[in-house]
Amino acid sequence: MDLQILTYTVVGITFALYIGIAFWARAHSTSEFYAAGRGIHPIANGMATAADWMSAASFISMAGLIAFNGYGASVFLMGWTGGYVLLALLLAPYLRKFGKFTVPEFIGDRYYSKSARFVAVVCLILASITYVIGQMKGIGVAFSRFLETSYDTGLYIGMGIVFIYSVLGGMKGITYTQIAQYVVLIFAYTVPAVFISMHLTGNPVPQLGLLDNMTGSTVPMLDKLDQVVTDLGFKQYTTQVMGNTLNMFVYTLTLMIGTAGLPHVIIRFFTVPKVKDARSSAGWALVFIAILYTTAPAVGSMARLNLMNTIQVGEVGSPDGNLAYADRPQWFKNWEATGLLKYQDKNGDGRIQYYDDKNKAFAAKAETFGWKGNEMVKVDRDIMVLANPEIAKLPDWVIALVVAGGLAAALSTAAGLLLAIASSISHDLVKGMINPNISEKAELLTSRITMTGAILAAGYLGLHPPDFAAGTVAIAFGLAAASIFPALMMGIFNKRMNRAGAIAGMVAGIGITLLYVFQHKGIMFVPGTAFLGDMKPNWFLGISPNAFGAVGALVNFIVAILVSRITMPPPEHIQHLVEDIRVPAGAGGATTH
Amino acid sequence: MDTQAQQYWRANLRLVAVLLTIWFICSYLFGILLVDQLNTIKVGGAGLGFWFAQQGSIYTFLVLIFIYVIRMNALDKKFGVHED
Repeated sequence: MDLQILTYTVVGITFALYIGIAFWARAHSTSEFYAAGRGIHPIANGMATAADWMSAASFISMAGLIAFNGYGASVFLMGWTGGYVLLALLLAPYLRKFGKFTVPEFIGDRYYSKSARFVAVVCLILASITYVIGQMKGIGVAFSRFLETSYDTGLYIGMGIVFIYSVLGGMKGITYTQIAQYVVLIFAYTVPAVFISMHLTGNPVPQLGLLDNMTGSTVPMLDKLDQVVTDLGFKQYTTQVMGNTLNMFVYTLTLMIGTAGLPHVIIRFFTVPKVKDARSSAGWALVFIAILYTTAPAVGSMARLNLMNTIQVGEVGSPDGNLAYADRPQWFKNWEATGLLKYQDKNGDGRIQYYDDKNKAFAAKAETFGWKGNEMVKVDRDIMVLANPEIAKLPDWVIALVVAGGLAAALSTAAGLLLAIASSISHDLVKGMINPNISEKAELLTSRITMTGAILAAGYLGLHPPDFAAGTVAIAFGLAAASIFPALMMGIFNKRMNRAGAIAGMVAGIGITLLYVFQHKGIMFVPGTAFLGDMKPNWFLGISPNAFGAVGALVNFIVAILVSRITMPPPEHIQHLVEDIRVPAGAGGATTH
Repeated sequence: MDTQAQQYWRANLRLVAVLLTIWFICSYLFGILLVDQLNTIKVGGAGLGFWFAQQGSIYTFLVLIFIYVIRMNALDKKFGVHED
């Protein structure tokens, strides 16, 4: 069967499955809409959390970042998994014990203040919208390849699908659909990895293939890769850092804290029956996430090796060492059509030179070969995972499967995020503050209208994303890290923390992070509004805007503690509330709304 | 004399502190700060520091969460604060 038809078939079957499940399990009440009626088993919940969590950034973007940043991309691997330790140990069981639907609701009750709840809603919306922009980038890339159109058209179609899909279901539908999506996406991610690992190293387990020797040789795969990339002037794969060591440290910390502060993940722990299940749910979620995350380093390194070998077919510098443009493979042409891969024949020899022309020493050497600059003028990193099976010449059904997996990842996360945004507006803002007597029906309608607005806003901003999907998502984590996480953690672990401290902390934390991100990336990422330009020399201690959230979190903690010391301690009943959420007993009673 | 609840909370904090120390060591220390030193030791074809940054830290995180789950369930029982 032709690849295009095969892809349509596989994507069509998986979509029919998701929509069928969403319809079968659609929500009938607000409790089912927000928290799936709290009837989900921890393993099922863990799997759904994993699908919710592993977005376009994890599935499509991360291995591409690993491929091009090597060791430096470890920040994503550690950052997006280590946060679950914080979540399990510091937040999940207590928030479940507290037993409400949304994060701002906890903050509002714990800090006995509607203003605190309002600040939390604003922080949550900023972080979630930024996150959805990252998803939209991923969805745009996947659809543009799948339908062989431009990125912009792919994005519009993706917006339509997300709309149909998330506005209907609510949490109950989303949870069951996400379990199906996890199965599709993990299968789609590991199958090509097994094939490629087998081919390059003879080891069918990608996690071990990463450490193994090249087939029929005694050279380790990673050594071979280091040599291939450095021969073309690129940085050594296994040692290249992202920025500097401080930046990597702060970046990792930001992603970890952000994981534990992102509303759409925290919400998942409201859906389990018991406190004890909230703890183990985080563990199960990480099991399912780790399967993909430990495979990703193998996918990234092997994709890079295959890409380099496809273009540099012979010895570096020899006249016929480079692939002739006329002989380029089909995947190359397909990605050129999307505009995400671009070639420009700078020296007019009809062959493709792909090397690091910013490396001065190597660029000088390249000139003696008659090379006039890197001719792969655009290689969007987000295409690597989707292109990978084609580059490795895997069978068509694997390629079709990967497209379906990428769409599953992006859709499941977009749906979860939209639900978090919708619930914070309809439940926290409208029901909690503006009109407490709103009927359930009207509340559900408000949710659905909010989701629609959020899809349109994120789609518009997704036309000019501030970074690759994973980079955009990292900014969202920074915002969550700087605002939500400290307020939640101190709410549980610091009995003395009061209203004034928490509000001042959240405002200071998100304020400084937004200032730092916007001055480099533009106000709400609109191009041309960056007032310092995205210039590395202006970075504070070399910390990139994507990594700044941990600094914001630190500011939040310090400001909150100082302010709480000089203002009145929280009232007696709040101190009792904190004591109560610290012990698991009695969680059942707390669930009534 | 501490109340039961205070003792339970103190035991919880001790457990969390120990686990978070290991969390820090396997990721920030082994994966980032000491990566060059550890890379002189090889695990198959990769340096140990590189391995911790891209594989080992994730496995450790998993073990940490499940230790926490098991220890906390035991603590809940010991102090009689578990759910029915």
